[in-house]
Amino acid sequence: MATPVPVGANLVIEATDFPQLLAAVDRLGYQMVGPTLRDGHLIYGDLTGVADLPAGWTDEQEAGAFRLKRRDDQALFGYGVGQQSWKQFLFPPHHLLWRAARRGDDFQMIPPAEAVPRYAFIGVRSCDLHAMAVQDRVFLQGRHVDPVYQVRREQAFILAVNCGGQGCGTCFCVSMGTGPRATFGFDLALTEVLPEGKHYFLVEVGTDRGAGVLQAVPQRAAGAAEIAAAASVVAATAANLGRQLDTQGVKELLYRSYEHPRWDEVAARCLNCGNCTWVCPTCFCHTIEDVTDLTGMVAERWRRQDVCFTVDYSYLHGGSIRPSPRSRYRQWLTHKLATWFDQFGCSGCVGCGRCITWCPVGIDITEEIRAIRETEASLKETEHGDL
Amino acid sequence: MIENNPDPMLPEIFEVKRLQRETADTFTLELTRPGGAAEFSFAPGQFNMLYAFGRGEAPISISGAPARSDTLVHTVRNVGNVTRAICKSRPGAKLGVRGPFGAPWPVAEMAGQDVVIVAGGLGLAPLRPAIYHFLEHRADYGNFELIYGARTPADLLYRRELERWRGRFDFRVHATVDTAGADWRGGVGVVTTVIPRARFDPANTIALVCGPQLMMRYTVMELLGRGLTPAQIYVSMERHMKCGLGLCGHCQWGPFFVCKDGPVFRYDTVKDWFERREV
Repeated sequence: MATPVPVGANLVIEATDFPQLLAAVDRLGYQMVGPTLRDGHLIYGDLTGVADLPAGWTDEQEAGAFRLKRRDDQALFGYGVGQQSWKQFLFPPHHLLWRAARRGDDFQMIPPAEAVPRYAFIGVRSCDLHAMAVQDRVFLQGRHVDPVYQVRREQAFILAVNCGGQGCGTCFCVSMGTGPRATFGFDLALTEVLPEGKHYFLVEVGTDRGAGVLQAVPQRAAGAAEIAAAASVVAATAANLGRQLDTQGVKELLYRSYEHPRWDEVAARCLNCGNCTWVCPTCFCHTIEDVTDLTGMVAERWRRQDVCFTVDYSYLHGGSIRPSPRSRYRQWLTHKLATWFDQFGCSGCVGCGRCITWCPVGIDITEEIRAIRETEASLKETEHGDL
Repeated sequence: MIENNPDPMLPEIFEVKRLQRETADTFTLELTRPGGAAEFSFAPGQFNMLYAFGRGEAPISISGAPARSDTLVHTVRNVGNVTRAICKSRPGAKLGVRGPFGAPWPVAEMAGQDVVIVAGGLGLAPLRPAIYHFLEHRADYGNFELIYGARTPADLLYRRELERWRGRFDFRVHATVDTAGADWRGGVGVVTTVIPRARFDPANTIALVCGPQLMMRYTVMELLGRGLTPAQIYVSMERHMKCGLGLCGHCQWGPFFVCKDGPVFRYDTVKDWFERREV
């Protein structure tokens, strides 16, 4: 097609031409993954083309509840985030690190010779772009770099989608400054616009790689009205979020609140199942499992995503550091919203709301912070009253 | 292949040269690189992840002399599946090594000052490289006090070495045990009971403390009582560790990763966390 489009340009692709965009990504040899329905669940799975996207579906999310619903249009991205995040591709939850082979008293290391998948992520929301940036700080910007994450991250093509005001019942990205509009970290960012009878995508070009993909796709420069229409979609989303979290001084609040009675109250509801850590797009904890085959001649080291809600997680000779459910929930929440700042210079929470939706008993991180914040003053008064 | 591998999770294979029994369940292993390849440099207080084939990996302090970097020395207590396999290694056996990891004792910054070392049980192991350093550079430091506590005389690590050090005129060694038989002529009591007798100038002293957390807590209180400030005390912490890289999350202690921010911490930087329970 025409001359390359510059980074930062806004273009319009009609919905009827959208299949060509995915086809163009596919032709570059990426393994395309994106939202799709499987067994009645909204997941991120392999995509072969637009037909695999959940067209015409949306969702309702509340604490402890997720329901897919039909839309009355054929929107391709008309839902929020499901239980999975892109973490599973960049930080594989179960990954073989190496093998070793024994010969008598000796053994030899056999580094893995795996083919690393080159992913194209289709439909990444702004909160998840922020989550990737958070995990970049963990896995790439510390003293030690994780090579497993690094190679997957560097190769990934990212097609972002600005949220269209659906399925955000548990979201609080505006509070966390992480959405709903994608502002960085994408090759292309789409806003899906469906005014009366029309259906098009406003495309923002993030990188030359993204611009290159557009070469093969019918498109035109966006008009002011189209840009404004897309902006109003995002603005409507921002006004429609189901949750808010007051982040003002939240680190200091939690550092002051290690003995707050709310931890006992939430621990009485928390099942310690760890769902919140599985669905969280930033949780990075993992364990190392060393195993052998039945002959004992070949050993393997596996890395497995781990959960800070188990007693075993903090086990030291003689017992667990955090034997009580109270201390384990406190560890998780305090890590997300307080210690993370000291460890990595950012929040560990991006406001995606997954931990709220997928908590089987509907524990709501925003509600817990609100409860701690609101009762802090009265606790102080009680303390003084006792004196 | 392994030497140049950028993967920090891939152990390098070392050979067990010597294995020496310290106590009923604790052994000191000397490891070398097969073929006598390059030296292994580390700083006192750092640790390695030791891997026993197929069994797994455990974080173990380096307990040898930093100046003798052709052998890598670890003192290991047989308390679990991995450490049992390590303690059962015979000369010629191979172990995997990753490291060294962690923040060391500040031996260089301590020059010119009095040195107080308080160790409990296996806590002497990560302090021994620092002690070797002080002995080797004895003239650079002031008065030297080593206070070492163990459960019984049979649980004292490095006993012959302790007795040799005690024979020096420039090196005071106090060994104390919780309980002992009639044949024990040393001190009985916890390490904190010895601290009042230690000789140091509180204005010009650094204390290094390693042992069970409760022992460290009371030792710190006693040292503060003797006039040290929190910034003059260093403690070495212990947590569950899987990677040693600050990535697996297991060793978190409030805002710290014990594996990379520690295990050695200056007490004033951690004192808010030190007495919090279940952190």
